[in-house]
Amino acid sequence: MSTGPVRPRSSILLSLAAPVAAVLFALLFSSLVLLISGKDPVAAFSAMLSYGSRLETFVDAVNRATPLYIAGVAVAIGFRMNLFNIGVESQYILAALISTQVGTVIDLPAPLHVTVIIVVAMVIGALWAAIPAVLKVTRGVNEVIATIMLNAIGVSFVAAFLLARWDSEGQDTRTADIPESGRMPDLNGLFEIFTREIQKGRHVYGFLLVAVVVGLAYWFVLNRTTLGYDLRASGANPMAAEASGVPAKRMILIAMIASGAIAGLIGLPDVLGDRYHFGGDFPQGLGFLGIAVALLGRNNPGGIVAAAMVFAYLDATAPILELEGDAPREIVTITKGVIIFAAVIAYAVVERAQRRREVAAAARATAALHADEDSGGGGGAAPAAAQGVRA
Amino acid sequence: MTATVERTGSGTGTGFDPRTLWRRAWFRWPALTFLGIAVLQIAEWISEPPTDELVSGAQASAMLRWAVPLLLAGLGGLFSERSGVVNIGLEGMMVLGTWFGAWGAIEFGPVWGTIIGMVGGALGGLLHAVATVSFGVDHIISAVAINLMAPGIARYLADEVFTDMDGGSITQSPRVTSVGYVELPILDRVSWLTIIAFALVPVSWFVLWRTRFGLRLRSCGEHPTAADSLGVNVYRYKYIAVVISGALAGLAGSFIVTELTGIYREGQVNGRGFIGLATMIFGNWRPGGTALGALLFGYADGLQLRDRNGVHALLLVGSMAMLLLALRAALKKEKVPVRTVGMERTEVPGGWRWRLRTRGVSVLVPAAIGVGLLVWYLTTDTVPRQLPQVTPHILTLVVLVFSGSRLRMPAADGKVWRKGDH
Amino acid sequence: MTAAVELQGITKRFPGVVANDRVTFRVEAGEIHALCGENGAGKSTLMKILYGMQPPDEGTMLVGGETVRFKSPKDAIDLGIGMVHQHFMLADNLTVLENIVLGSEPTSGGVLLDLRTARKRVEELSRTYGLDVHPDQLVEELEVGERQRVEIIKVLFRGARILILDEPTAVLVPQEVEELFRNLRELRASGVTIIFIDHKLDEVLAISDRITVLRGGRTVGTVDAADVTAGDLAEMMVGSELPSPETRESTVTDQLALAVSGLTVRSPDGRVVVDGVDLRVHRGEVVGIAGVEGNGQAELIEALLGLGHHVEGRVELDGTDITGWHTRRRREGGLGYIPEDRHRRGLLLDAPLWENAMLGHQTSAPYAKGMLVDRAATRTRTEDLVGTYDVRTPGIDVTARALSGGNQQKLIIGREMVADPKVLIAAHPTRGIDVGAQAAVWEHLREARGKGLAVLLVSADLDELIGLSDTLVVMLRGRLVATLDPAKVTPRELGSYMTGAAVSTEEVA
Repeated sequence: MSTGPVRPRSSILLSLAAPVAAVLFALLFSSLVLLISGKDPVAAFSAMLSYGSRLETFVDAVNRATPLYIAGVAVAIGFRMNLFNIGVESQYILAALISTQVGTVIDLPAPLHVTVIIVVAMVIGALWAAIPAVLKVTRGVNEVIATIMLNAIGVSFVAAFLLARWDSEGQDTRTADIPESGRMPDLNGLFEIFTREIQKGRHVYGFLLVAVVVGLAYWFVLNRTTLGYDLRASGANPMAAEASGVPAKRMILIAMIASGAIAGLIGLPDVLGDRYHFGGDFPQGLGFLGIAVALLGRNNPGGIVAAAMVFAYLDATAPILELEGDAPREIVTITKGVIIFAAVIAYAVVERAQRRREVAAAARATAALHADEDSGGGGGAAPAAAQGVRA
Repeated sequence: MTATVERTGSGTGTGFDPRTLWRRAWFRWPALTFLGIAVLQIAEWISEPPTDELVSGAQASAMLRWAVPLLLAGLGGLFSERSGVVNIGLEGMMVLGTWFGAWGAIEFGPVWGTIIGMVGGALGGLLHAVATVSFGVDHIISAVAINLMAPGIARYLADEVFTDMDGGSITQSPRVTSVGYVELPILDRVSWLTIIAFALVPVSWFVLWRTRFGLRLRSCGEHPTAADSLGVNVYRYKYIAVVISGALAGLAGSFIVTELTGIYREGQVNGRGFIGLATMIFGNWRPGGTALGALLFGYADGLQLRDRNGVHALLLVGSMAMLLLALRAALKKEKVPVRTVGMERTEVPGGWRWRLRTRGVSVLVPAAIGVGLLVWYLTTDTVPRQLPQVTPHILTLVVLVFSGSRLRMPAADGKVWRKGDH
Repeated sequence: MTAAVELQGITKRFPGVVANDRVTFRVEAGEIHALCGENGAGKSTLMKILYGMQPPDEGTMLVGGETVRFKSPKDAIDLGIGMVHQHFMLADNLTVLENIVLGSEPTSGGVLLDLRTARKRVEELSRTYGLDVHPDQLVEELEVGERQRVEIIKVLFRGARILILDEPTAVLVPQEVEELFRNLRELRASGVTIIFIDHKLDEVLAISDRITVLRGGRTVGTVDAADVTAGDLAEMMVGSELPSPETRESTVTDQLALAVSGLTVRSPDGRVVVDGVDLRVHRGEVVGIAGVEGNGQAELIEALLGLGHHVEGRVELDGTDITGWHTRRRREGGLGYIPEDRHRRGLLLDAPLWENAMLGHQTSAPYAKGMLVDRAATRTRTEDLVGTYDVRTPGIDVTARALSGGNQQKLIIGREMVADPKVLIAAHPTRGIDVGAQAAVWEHLREARGKGLAVLLVSADLDELIGLSDTLVVMLRGRLVATLDPAKVTPRELGSYMTGAAVSTEEVA
């Protein structure tokens, strides 16, 4: 007797092909947009390519990819359980502000100072994410709507805080600077082992190491612990997970809070590696980009690295467009948007195609099976034979 | 199940029953308006520090003006979600509306600008429909992508078009003019678009509840499989609804440009699409409620720009409103659950535990919030100027938390539906 | 006289299964005709063919004497055939009137809803057939019985003269059944033909003029309701022979493994679905629950696993009161579970076999070592399990989806058995799997029983039930109505209890 269909290798290739195809399609589409507006796409993209192959651009991309990657992981934690944490956006902004503020007022030796800032950021992110989690578990409030509302509230709180400082102390709309002991050293030395000297005042954020740890922790917890198993089971088949004893509500709380804690870290690469303060010009929108990165990377720790790098490279190479490529850098935003659309549509189509194939294979297998049965002279009880078609 | 109804035949009795009167729309809405104005007027009289902007023609006019984008976005959300497609992409569609509206107004005049702004938003809606309806992409994901992409498109287009214009740049357009005003008593100058926007409230109600199109559209949001089994083309209605939704969001965007600010400026939508969504939820997925929410949020928005003492006095208003709500809940007639046939209940309806459970929250929580606001009011002179901005979001969360069971979102809202998949 | 509906030699095959085998079925105009049979006898398939949802492979259909061929339900509706599905197709948040007219709305000018005309027609139908509905009520406020009336009017509104009702009483409480029957009689009096699918014989006898019984996809016969007793019908449905249990040593001990007392479960809308069940399973005993599906078996199992809501009563596992325990603690405490629907409750289809092997036991040794998953031990255990329980697979890294149904089931049986449970709850353990795998599953269950396992077996397969059980209990409408000895029970007796015939006629009791 056959053992049924084994997933063919081609479908694995197919699922890898989907994101690649999405990126290619997005580049094609962007080229078309450039053509229509009378620009030369070939010149534009080749300018990006040559600029992108410089070491300094690579450093820019890595620095940009670090917060994007953390954001992607934060979102992916929720996604693995079918939870939508749209609130990553306000979770990281609030966490960045408060942890920076804490960092400016405390005075500790270097490693401890940085650690305190990181822990505060994670706690703030976790607390802010706990609100929608608790509302969902106790009152059944949809986490998407709750986190959208909390985003606005959180961001307004940050604005109010900054403005209050401006009003009361006549300072700029920013916090003070974190003292030397609360800053993270750069990793240029580490990089330069493999490369030439990094020039033009570029610094590889030290927080990159934290991002690596976050990625490893995400992978480890998800794949090596019973908690991660419960979480993945809940996402893959909530009904089966429930029957296996996974406490559904507790998992929602854990996933949301963990997601928020990681989200709290998103703003820190910039704070600890470059700015040392929090101000009105702090980068926004990383939470939403994190959703895109998690989607493109299929919630996979490695996939998110690739997705974050793609987005970071687009951002890092965009400035050259105006200088050499004769095209507005905003084309990159369009490219990113199209990548997301193309990717989610490609994933949806591929997934459906796979499922259809599996259903067909299962039907074939059943047919074969019953042919076996007939030839074996089984027949069996009639009701049993008709079971497969019960309405 | 907590669905409750009163089964007393309403309006059949001969005796006077204020409850019956309250159920009549022609009485309830004016009465509510009057009550609202009365509360505001009292607050204005006793407010310390003083304000005279809580009840004034200028404030009423500002309220209407600031309510319009929220109202239009809310109505946009209403159409889409009534057909079963969650649309948090309203924000992005509004952004498209601002650019297209401004461009149209500059090139062809404000009326065309309005129409072209709607087309811009509708294109965003079409994209959302293609992804969610045809390809079965998760509604939230598609909308997030639209929200990410729309500002980029607007900026790209602004760079292409506005930078070459006098007074234009990548972040803003030359000034544009309004579609025109009418002079009204008390309210002074009111834009034609404002009037049209508020006219869309009864129109939306009529279209959704009194036409064949509306019934079929709503059936797609409630039970697409049933609609499909009765020959309704579910995909088509969802497409139309989401495109209408985008067009209304686009109209909201172009309203900001031509009527509110007179200019396209990057970032000027500033989360209003999300507030529009909140408005719709606050309004329980109904046009009248959405309008009420838009006016409420528009009032706070308008006041904040005009009078900071007034904003402080709003604490007092909020406190009074909450205490009134608590009073109302406390005086409310018992409602007995219907679904008691064929089951013994461990709790007797009307018993103290039942009362506490059903009543306690709805009386104590507003009362506590009311007292809290009063204390806040009495102990301060100013409030953070962000407070009015976040009022819609806080109120929406409060509504979701405390009367979530009374909200009726369309049953199949947000669910990807594919023919033959059920 | 021409028949309202006549089906001749209808055959319908699905991959590997003949659902309808040369079925003949004739319904006279203006009668109430019941279609009976056990689950899987082919009733639903036959009705789907008649309603145009599926085309027959062979055979002819005549409606009003004319040969017809339906491409979709629309063709059936055009000929005046309407169907009330078991699961209502009503939108909760629309009014009764809106639900009824949807898709065939009377309009003025093709745009505006003509609610006045619609209301008038609905009120007319309501009056004519005594179907009491309030057009302006929201459907969500309605009782199940009222919803059913709305569904019936919905069909009549479209001009149906032949009404198919698919297990209409399954969701009703007794008073509502009475009401439904009154409505059906009124409809018959006005000349509507009714085809009524059911397997509760007391109801069938009470309402129908004639009865057709299907078994195993074939027509057993058509009889006049006046000429038969419930016992006769039960025998027609179950067949004249029962499988004989194997003669074997009894392994039943006097140690109580599972004790359930006064277990009552309510559905979310307050209906009692499991009603005061008392049940005891001893070590080494298999207790089989017989009964037509939908009589509370599924809810009973969910409650035992701690998955149900609105549960009252007491459950003891091996002498320990586990009533307040949540699912994980129950599973860790020695409750094994073979789910009825392995795809829904039993497997992570896109996860590899070794991850599926630990599902339900992920917090216990050898799969877990503290908080960590012991991958090496899990993989070793899975390899063993795949070998011992003969799961045919190229390896333990393939996904569960890649296995055939029988091998998926053997994997589930294996993972529950190696965990050495105290009590095993097995729901339809051989459903949808091939004969070879079926025999293997039975053998594993017998073996474990011999070693002292207590098994609660729910099944629709009489071979399985009688072949495996030491004690047989019958579940009907949420209650345990009889305790029988599988070695002595007759088909007539078993069928009568399962279909409620024994309760209403006292004939067998």
